[in-house]
Formats: sequence, structure tokens, C-alpha cells
Amino acid sequence: MGGLLVLPILIPLLTAVAALLAWKRRSFQRALSVLSTTGLLGAALWLLVVVWQNGTQTLQVGNWPAPFGITLVADLLSAIMVVLAGLIGLAVAVYSLGSMDPDREQFGYYPLLQVLLMGVCGAFLTGDLFNLYVWFEVMLIASFVLMTLGGERAQLEGAIKYVTLNLMASALFLAGVGILYGVTGALNMADLARRLEQVRQPGLVTALALLFLIAFGIKAAMFPLFFWLPASYHTPPVAVSALFSGLLTKVGVYALIRVFTLLFVQDVEFTHTLILVLAGLTMVTGVLGAVAQTEFRRLLSFHIISQIGYLLMGLGLFTPVALAGTIFFMVHVILAKSALFLVSGIVYRLQGSYDLKKLGGLYRSQPVLAVLFLFPALSLAGLPPLSGFFAKLSLIWAGLEAGQYGIVAVALGVGLLTLFSMMKIWDQAFWKPAMEDDSTKSSQSSSWALWLPTVALAGLTVLLGFAAGPLFALSRQAAEQLLGGR
Amino acid sequence: MEIVLAFIIGGLYAAGLYMLMRRSLVKLVIGLALLSQAANLLIFTLGRLIRGRPALIPSDMARLVEPFADPVPQALILTAIVIGFGVQAFAIILIKRAYQTVGTDDLDDMRSTDVMHGSSSAPPVNLPNDKWRSPVEATLRDEGA
Repeated sequence: MGGLLVLPILIPLLTAVAALLAWKRRSFQRALSVLSTTGLLGAALWLLVVVWQNGTQTLQVGNWPAPFGITLVADLLSAIMVVLAGLIGLAVAVYSLGSMDPDREQFGYYPLLQVLLMGVCGAFLTGDLFNLYVWFEVMLIASFVLMTLGGERAQLEGAIKYVTLNLMASALFLAGVGILYGVTGALNMADLARRLEQVRQPGLVTALALLFLIAFGIKAAMFPLFFWLPASYHTPPVAVSALFSGLLTKVGVYALIRVFTLLFVQDVEFTHTLILVLAGLTMVTGVLGAVAQTEFRRLLSFHIISQIGYLLMGLGLFTPVALAGTIFFMVHVILAKSALFLVSGIVYRLQGSYDLKKLGGLYRSQPVLAVLFLFPALSLAGLPPLSGFFAKLSLIWAGLEAGQYGIVAVALGVGLLTLFSMMKIWDQAFWKPAMEDDSTKSSQSSSWALWLPTVALAGLTVLLGFAAGPLFALSRQAAEQLLGGR
Repeated sequence: MEIVLAFIIGGLYAAGLYMLMRRSLVKLVIGLALLSQAANLLIFTLGRLIRGRPALIPSDMARLVEPFADPVPQALILTAIVIGFGVQAFAIILIKRAYQTVGTDDLDDMRSTDVMHGSSSAPPVNLPNDKWRSPVEATLRDEGA
């Protein structure tokens, strides 16, 4: 079954090659991109079923035995993440059909989309630390070009911050890998975990852990390293924003989860408490930033940061229930957040602005869109019976169990502020009467390609709430795999 | 030799970070390049510097004898150099385009995406020529008209 592990990497790679060869044939690229992301989602679901039934799958690339060659590993967490990557990839590929302008399509938007998905899937599946660095770079370079494609002023300004801070994070990550290799002589993560236990320099290992925390923390937009995100995520076309918000920071969180459950568990008292404190600060600063915004996508960007705090909270608590909560939250936030970005794109298409002050009257003119916004937004705020409620419930439950009342209080307070800021969008864009002169601006040309993925993602966030039991059981099993490997 | 390299690496990190904190775009890219070189040298040094002992198994033996020069760090560095080359090439093109579009190489003047939308402190978005204007905006304007 090992070949199955390569599929989520191979499908986007081959598609990117084919799309590059068909550079001038846009309609071919469009069809191919939808077809291949469907294939990716299918392969990912298949992988999840196999991992669910038969346990962790591994593949030694090129038949080199484990500590020497590169290993691809899929445990439940990896498989879940790959499924999410496939899902968001498909949603964005379909959405792009209706929203991407011909110029961007002409200059390689679809191949780049595939390269990005390849990097994301590779990062989820690799079992080798240096290989993780390589996949991060594949993902980054594709995201750099996607962010700047089109060359608008805001895009370029945002990209400079995004590129600089992410390259710095990569340099720190690389240095960390180098030091780790110097200390242990290993790069395979399972091998590293074994050898790190024998290292008799606790100070050095903790310092290394912090180096990785900073490197991945920048990529995950953790407090106080998040400034590149609100400066850049709202600048590219909305399909790209949705893709980035759904997947990129989550790859950073995934790397943090991987490294801090497998490698750096020698000094949990210090490292994981630090993560917990940073998680609380990330939640609070993110949501406070969001409350102050009056631009649709910038508000959502700050929310990404706030949600990263919740994801880190589960890692910081470091109990099986907490990690299960983090994984559940990951599924929920990727779907809900991407859905909200897609909604913002439709709003822009209808009213020609992202500025909340200029929007209005959408509830009256577009009741379906209002509902599509309301479900993911309320889910993000954590209202029952939507998925966000169960995600937060499990995290708060774990916090109470662990006796960490401070972080529980912060998480609950931030939930209220999240609701407040979501209601701000609701109030401004949907509820208040339309501006007088807006009737001329609205173009009703939004196609099915915009609506279909938005409806699908919003529908899934509702569905997750009703399927919370099975999903939590899955998350619980994934969490136990993470902790039980040792 | 390790001592010398340690000082060089430290110097490269210091210089790289200093350059990153300058306001000029060009210095920013130089800073990034210096940081990646520092990381490469760090891997090289931590892989232990051993001279004249290639990692080859002598013909009359079954396995490697210690000490031997570890080839893995060099393979890692080679990969990192190639990646760094590509990424820095992109960064150079990016700053060129940013300079052309924004009309300045001062990072302090590139804050229009950071300040609050619609507040008066935002610098007016003036595009040097129509060529750089967003195709999306243009399409929407045409549709609206």
C-alpha cells in the first residue's frame, strides 16, 4: 500500500508539469486543475481510510532503509491534513474558474496552485526533518509567486513582508536542522526522537526546541511573530487568500505539533507551558486586531491569528484530549475560514468593495449569501450546534481537566470577542441598508463557480457539528497516535 | 578551524540581521542572502570538520572506520544552496518590481497594506502608469460602466 503515500505528491506534480506544457491553453489548464484536485481529494480520502483501518503507513523512498533514506509517513494526523488540503484545493480550484482574471490565468496561476498543493501535501507526509524543510520551500516559493502574481502595488508591498519574514524563518529552521544533525547525527524524525533521549545536554535540547518554536512560529503566525500575515493576506485575489488562510499557517501549526509531540518532549514543563502562554497571547492579540478592522479580508486575516492561538492551546496543554481538540479545531477552522474568505469574494463581486463602511443591504438582496456567511461565522465564534462549538468545548474541557484555568478564561473571552467581530461584519455588510449609490456598482455576474465551493464549505461546517461525535473519535485516535508513538 | 568558522558564522548572522533591519530594499535582500549563507556554514561546521578521510569503505574492509568525513551535511548544504539561489533570485525580481511600482526603495514608505483601511494616514495609492493597474479592477470598472 506504500504507493498510495506518493499519490498526494505525485498528482499535483504531474498536473503542474502538464499545465506548464499547455501554457497557452487556458481552458485545458482550468479543466485539468479541477480534475486533478478532485483526484487529490480522492487519493487523500483513500489514504485516510487505509490509515484508519490498517494503522500508520510508511514508504521508504527509493527503497533506502529507514534512517538513511527519506521516509514518507502517514499517521492519522497526516492523513486528515492531506484530506483537508485536497478539499480546500478542490474548492479553490473551482472558485478560481469564476473569479480568476484571464491575465493571471495566462501567467501560470494553475500550475502554481498545483505546486503549492504539492508542497503542502509533502510537508504533511514526510517523516524526515530536512525533507520537511524542502517541502516548506516548495510551498513557500509557490506561495510567493501566487501572492505577487498580478503585480498590484498592495500585493508587492505585502509580499515584501511576507517573503522576508518567511525566508528568515526558513533560515532559522535550516540552522535548527543543522544543529540537530550535529548533536544527534540523524534526520529521520523517528530516529531523532530515539537519539534525542540519549543526549545528555538538556540545555542544548531546550535551546534547539526554542529555535524550532520560533522558526515554525513565524510560519504559523504565532504571537509575537505574526505581523507579516495581516500585512499580506488580504492583497492577492480572494481565491489565493482563501487557499493561504486555509492551508499555509496550518502547515506551520502541523510542524509545531509534529516536532513538539515527537522530538522535544524532554522538558515539557518549560516548552509546553511557554507554548500555552504564547497561545493565550496569540488568541487575544489576534481577536483584538480583528475587532479594530473595517476591511472584510483584513478582519478575517486577524481572525486567522486568533484561531492559531486555539490550535496551539491544545498543543500547550499536551494531554490526549487537548491534542484531539486541536485536531478537531484544525478541521473546523480550515473549513470555516476558507468559506468566509470565499464569501468575501462573492461580496466583492456583488458590491465592488471589501470596505465594510461601503457595503450594506446584502441580507435583503442576497439572503442565501447572508446564510452562507452566518453559518461559518457563528461556527467560528463557537455557537452550538455548529462545529466550532464542539472544537472549543473539547479544548476548554481539556484545559479544565489540566487545571489551566487562566487559558480557559482567555479562550472563553476571545470566543465572545470573535462573536462580536463577526457580528460587526454581519451588521455592516449584510444587515444595514445599502448605500444609495451602490445600485450602479453591483454586477450580478457571479457564476455558479463562485457559489458551489462556498456552499460546499459552509455546508460542511454545519455538517461537522452534527457529525462531531465520529470526528472527535477520529481526532482522539490521531492524538493517541501522536502521544503513543513514544 | 572550528573557532575561526564560529566567528565567521557569528559575523554573518550579525551582519545579516543588521542588514534586514535597514530601510533599504536592496540591503534587505543582502541581509537574507547573508543569513542563508550563515546557516549553510553552521551546518558545515556542526557536521564536524575532518580532513583527508573520505567516506569511502576501503577495499579490504567491510565497513567504514572512524573517523571519516560525513558527507550528509555537505549534501544538505548543496540542497540548501540550490533552494537559496532560487529564492533569492525571486526576491531580487520582487524588489525590482516593488521599486518600479511603488516608486521608492524605502521600506518605511511601503505601509499602505498595514495601516487601517480608509484612515487618512494611508498614503494615496498612485500608480505610475496604467500598465500596473490591477486587471481585476479594470474588468470590474468596465462591467460597471
